[in-house]
Formats: sequence, structure tokens, C-alpha cells
Amino acid sequence: MTARNSLGIAKAPAETRVVVAMSGGVDSSVTAALLAEQGYDVVGLTMQLYDHAAATSKSKACCAGQDIYDARRVADRLGIAHYVLDYEGTFQRDVIDRFADSYMNGETPVPCVMCNQTVKFRDLLKAAQDLGADALATGHYIRRADGADGPELRRAADADRDQSYFLFATTRPQLDLLRFPLGDLTKPETRALAQRFALAVADKPDSQDICFVPNGNYAEVIAKLRPAAVAPGDIVHIDGRVLGQHNGIINFTVGQRRGLGIGGEAEPIYVVRIMPDTAQVIVGPKEALLQQAFTVQNLNWLGAGEGPSEGLPVTVKLRNTQPPIAAQVFAHDAPGKLRVVLASPEGAVTPGQACVMYDGDRVLGGGWIERPSHQQPLNLRRAMAATV
Amino acid sequence: MDRPLTYLDYNATAPLRPGVRTAVTEAMAQFGNPSSVHRAGRAARAIVEDARETLARAVGGATGQVVFTSGGTEANALALRGLAKAMGARTVLAASIEHTSVLAHVGATSTVRSNHNGIIGLSDLAKILDESPKPALIALMAANNETGVIQPVAEVVAMARQYGARVHCDAVQALGKVPFDIKALGVDSASFSAHKLGGLKGCGALVLAPGLEIAADVPGGGQERRRRAGTENTVGIAAFGAALRDLPELLADAHRIAALRDDLERQIAELHPGVRVYGAGAPRLPNTSCLGLAGLTSETQLIGLDLAGIAVSAGAACSSGKVAASHVLLAMGINPAEANCAIRVSLGWDTTADDIARFVKAWRALADRQRPAGALAAKASA
Repeated sequence: MTARNSLGIAKAPAETRVVVAMSGGVDSSVTAALLAEQGYDVVGLTMQLYDHAAATSKSKACCAGQDIYDARRVADRLGIAHYVLDYEGTFQRDVIDRFADSYMNGETPVPCVMCNQTVKFRDLLKAAQDLGADALATGHYIRRADGADGPELRRAADADRDQSYFLFATTRPQLDLLRFPLGDLTKPETRALAQRFALAVADKPDSQDICFVPNGNYAEVIAKLRPAAVAPGDIVHIDGRVLGQHNGIINFTVGQRRGLGIGGEAEPIYVVRIMPDTAQVIVGPKEALLQQAFTVQNLNWLGAGEGPSEGLPVTVKLRNTQPPIAAQVFAHDAPGKLRVVLASPEGAVTPGQACVMYDGDRVLGGGWIERPSHQQPLNLRRAMAATV
Repeated sequence: MDRPLTYLDYNATAPLRPGVRTAVTEAMAQFGNPSSVHRAGRAARAIVEDARETLARAVGGATGQVVFTSGGTEANALALRGLAKAMGARTVLAASIEHTSVLAHVGATSTVRSNHNGIIGLSDLAKILDESPKPALIALMAANNETGVIQPVAEVVAMARQYGARVHCDAVQALGKVPFDIKALGVDSASFSAHKLGGLKGCGALVLAPGLEIAADVPGGGQERRRRAGTENTVGIAAFGAALRDLPELLADAHRIAALRDDLERQIAELHPGVRVYGAGAPRLPNTSCLGLAGLTSETQLIGLDLAGIAVSAGAACSSGKVAASHVLLAMGINPAEANCAIRVSLGWDTTADDIARFVKAWRALADRQRPAGALAAKASA
């Protein structure tokens, strides 16, 4: 019986083919370098996701084109095979279109999760298997461990870098093949490794925001994709007053304070709800944002059993940058849904964002925060207080 | 990455011929500028003129009508711009199956459809010639780079004469694989590339029919009879000449190569009834096979074969490295999903039966991985 190698596979490293998803950034480059150094049969794959020339404005450099070049140069330096796969069509369908649709539906989507769910861990994983790979490794900061229920996900050792929020939708069959060699490292350690491997990308800045929205102006991207989405509508206070006009619901996110163009209110006002059917943006004071219970849909469960036990105490993250907060989860009538009740009301329950559940460091799974389907009556202030 | 390489991508580029290495080494010692008056210049000039004579003889052209260029792409550009300008062409036409270095000079309405075998449609050509401003310059390749399908150049020349049109022939893939003679075909110009037959990259030529003139595209010094400015690439030209001196040998090898190619196609077809060979119904270059199996993407085949140490290609290689469906197959009416599953296997002077066996074995492993284990084996032994 062959001993298990560092990836937990019962083969010698040289006999183990590992596909590394290489973005051209420092993390995935170091991932490939570490595995190549350990003697694995490493194959680098880089995904071409969108037409970089079209995505970036004319004045900007062709950044992601540069990323493919960087990935190729790293592979050359490591002496590993490297290929570029064309996923433009599927990325458009499964990520960009869904991103736009989600905004038009009054939500604030997380396209990185959609991408991991589809292009990366469905299509790229399939491509890796087609190439006879024993594992697909990525440069994500997250840890994978083999537990009693099969593979488990745990938060990264470096809490500042932890990417578990973006990986909650990873399924158990996917986790069987996935490996995350950087999960125990800090970012400075990764950069130091990149220096030791003399990789040209050692000092490359981290990627920012959403890759296909290079300048951060997502509304511009959506307006190009869905010209109808820029329909103007009313900005309505929860007490029923129409405070002004807006230039399209896609420009707003629940919890947003700036950019409303409303003056003269006694207290600061926030976007508390987006109503796609009536093109209304509902605003109100900070306390109107507070919410203690909500529904998540498309649950992916990675904890013990088929799903959580009734009233299971967990911690949840409602957005990537937020520390986990205490909550309990309860069954929902509809399949794939759960009711989440927070220990105390929060002002950041944004439809379309993910609600990721933890037991300490272990990722239990998560789901998408659902937009309340019932029409909220105006006056909302009293009605919302009642639902809490 | 250190596995022995089975190289089956001769249409992309061919390995250096042994004689070319020697010629290159010798030419590198002659560092003079061919335009210089002194002895060093004359020695370099002699290298260039020797190669010019060799090329002219090899393709049935006149020595004074050979213009050395940086390769096939520049030679095509020189013809489609320089010849078009000199003859006052008001229309530039090309077959839809032409190389992108030709299509880049041609508008969509001037693209001539091809039939399902990838042969230019003569009735469509006649129709477009009828309707287009005259005179026209027609671009037609001697043989297609992806399917190997040989085009009816002589027929198109005959038709062109009726319309007062001229014909430029991209013979980059034909040279060294099938006999090609400018005079016999009656074309007005033809382009060639050295590295496709074992020379160096960065060297090609445009050969004009006797008496024809072109407008230079790159102005400057008076090199190449004022048709193409710039100091000559003496080393590349020497290599071109050396590769051309092996032409009889290369052409004599065609039967052996065709037999290997046919054997490869037969073995792959036996592995799966769904295997298609594109352009098989037409006369083809002896070395080229464009084949595919719906459901097994070009990308998967290319990568899987490369990991097994076998070099082939597919479609048009983008600068990013992504594999796109071949415009040639799409022009033949193949649906995009199927075109996305085709690869080009091209053999050459150094290909052996062992290479074919390694290709078939590796391809079978790939096809097996896509399907339930043993499904292909059962088919093959049935």
C-alpha cells in the first residue's frame, strides 16, 4: 500500500497529476510552484473568461490579457505544461448574465461565487478530469480536511485572507477533487515563497473587485448588457413620501447611504429595499435597515448529516468583509431553503448576497439571501418592526 | 515534459532540414550587407541570388520576379495591396477558406463561398465577378492549411481571364508537398514561406509572373528591385534556398507520407464510427488530415495529446492560446459544435510509422476517457 502524498492521494507525487487553475496572480502561481517543487505532475490551466479588449475601456491596458501572459511565463519558469481554455461563452451565460439579472431583480449578487460554482468547479473541474487529473488545486485561502463525513472546509489560517465566503457553494463531490495548498499560509508567506521561486509575479498587486468590471463601475456594465435596466423610478421614504427620482435600480444596493442625491432629511437615510416591479428605491433611517430573520435559498450543506438540525446554533457571515455573527437556523417549508434568525438585528441583510454558516472554523455551507417576495406595504416602518 | 516528441504539426512549421543547418552556419559567417560594394557584401549578395535562382527554378518563375519577404503573411499582403494597386484592381476577392493573412485584405461581400469539401465555389465566384467592379484580383490558395484540400487553381485562372481579372495564389502549404508551378497554372503571383518546408521562420517570398509589376508596400532602400525595402535576411534566405534544394527529395517522399496519413485515418475511424475526416472527398495534400469526433473537443484533444507528447493543432491559434473553431470548417458548412471538435494532424519528412502508432494510442486513450470504459474497445474488436 502506497503512503498518502501531501495531497492525501495514495500515489507517488510523480504519478499524481494535479491541474492548477492559474490566473496569472501570485497565489495560483505559488500554488503551482509548490506542487511542482514537490514533484507532482503539474498541469497549469488558465481560463479565458471574457474579451478583455471589450471589457476594458479603450484607454486602459489589456490587464487580463496580461494575466494570461503572466500565467504562461510562470509555467515556463516552472517547466510545467500550460494551456488556456476558452470559457467566454459559459462565463457570459453563467456569471455575467446572472449578475445582471440579479441586479435587475433588486439584489446585490456575488459573481465570484457564481463563477466558482459554474465555470471553475463544474467546467474546469471536468476539464481536469478529462485530462486524467487526480486533483484540481487552486490558490484560494481556505483549508480542506478529510473528516468523518468526508471532506470538510475550514476557514483559512490567515483570517484576513480567508476566502470561505466565496467557496461555501462548493459541493462534497467537488471537494473530493479540490485541493487548496495555500490554506495554511499568510499572504506575506505566499509572497515570500514567490520571491524564493523567483516568480516574476511576486510583487504583482492583488486583484481588486470583480474581474469583468475593471474600473469598479458595475452599473455601467449592466447598463450595457440590459439597457432597459436604466429605467428611472421614484425614491420613496418608508413613511410614504416620494423624495425624488433615481436613474435605475441597478445603481442601488441595500444599505447604501451615499449617492442618493437626497437632502433636507433630519436623519441620514439609507436604501432599505429595492422594488424591481415598481422600479422604486425605498429609503429610510438606519434603524429601518435592521432585520433579524430572513430566508436563504439554494442551500449547500457541508456539515454533518443531510442538513442542519432544527434551531442549530451557528455563526454566519452576511458579506465577505463582516466578522461572523451568532444565529440559529430553522427548517423552511420549501426544499433547499432555510430560515435564519440572528441573535440580534443586523443592518446588512442584503438580498442576493450569500449567508455563509460556520461552526467555529468549519464551513457548514450556506445559501443566498432571498428578497422578501411579499409587497411591503407603505408605511413600512411599522410593518418592518412587526416582522422582527 | 521530457517525453520524446511525436511531431505531427508540419503545417504549422516543419523541423529544420539537415542541409539547412549547414547552410545557415555558412551564411552566418558571411556577415556582409548584400547591398555593399565590397567583398563581404558581394559574398552575402551571392547567397541571396543563389537562393533566388533556386526558388525561381523550383516554382517555375523568373529570377527577376522573386521578391523575398519576412514570410507568407507579408508576401500575401504585398500581393493583395501592391499588386492590386499596380494593376488598378477595383475589387479584391478571396475564397472563404483562405488563410487569415489573405482574408484580412478582403471585405465580407467579396468572399467566395466554398462547397462542403472546402473547395471554392466556381459558380459563386463567377457571380461575384459578374457583379463586382472590374478589374478584380482573386486570391486563391493552392492547398488549404487546415484540411489540405487542393483548390482548382487552373480553372479559376481560366475564369479570371474571361473577366480580365488576375489571380494571386497562396502556395505556402503546397510548396514541398505537391508540385507547384506558376507558369503551368498561369497565376499572376504566388506566395511562399520557408519554414513550412524546413527552412527558418521569418523568410518567405512573393513570385510574380513575368512582366508583372507591383507597388512597394514598405518604402525605403532599393532592395528587391524597389519592391520591398530593407536589408535582406541573408541567413533566412540561405536557409530557404537550402530547403528548396531538397525539394525533389521532399516530393518523392509524398507517397510514403500519404500512406502513413491514410493509415492513421483508417485506424482512428475504426476506433469510433462517429469519426469524420473533413475534405476527404476532395483531392488533398498527402500529409494533412483534419479529423474530429463530435463531443470530444479540439481543446481536450490538443491538451491531452500534448500531455502524451504528441503535437497537433486545431483551428486558428489565438494569441491568447485559446482554441477557437476553424473558420475553414465553418465555411464548409460544418456546424460550430462539430467544428469545435476537429483537430489537424499534419505529417512530414521525419514522420515514421511509430509516430502514427503513438498518435493512435494516445487518441484512443482520450476518446476512451470521454466514454464508458471499454466502449471503444468493444467497438474496435467487433
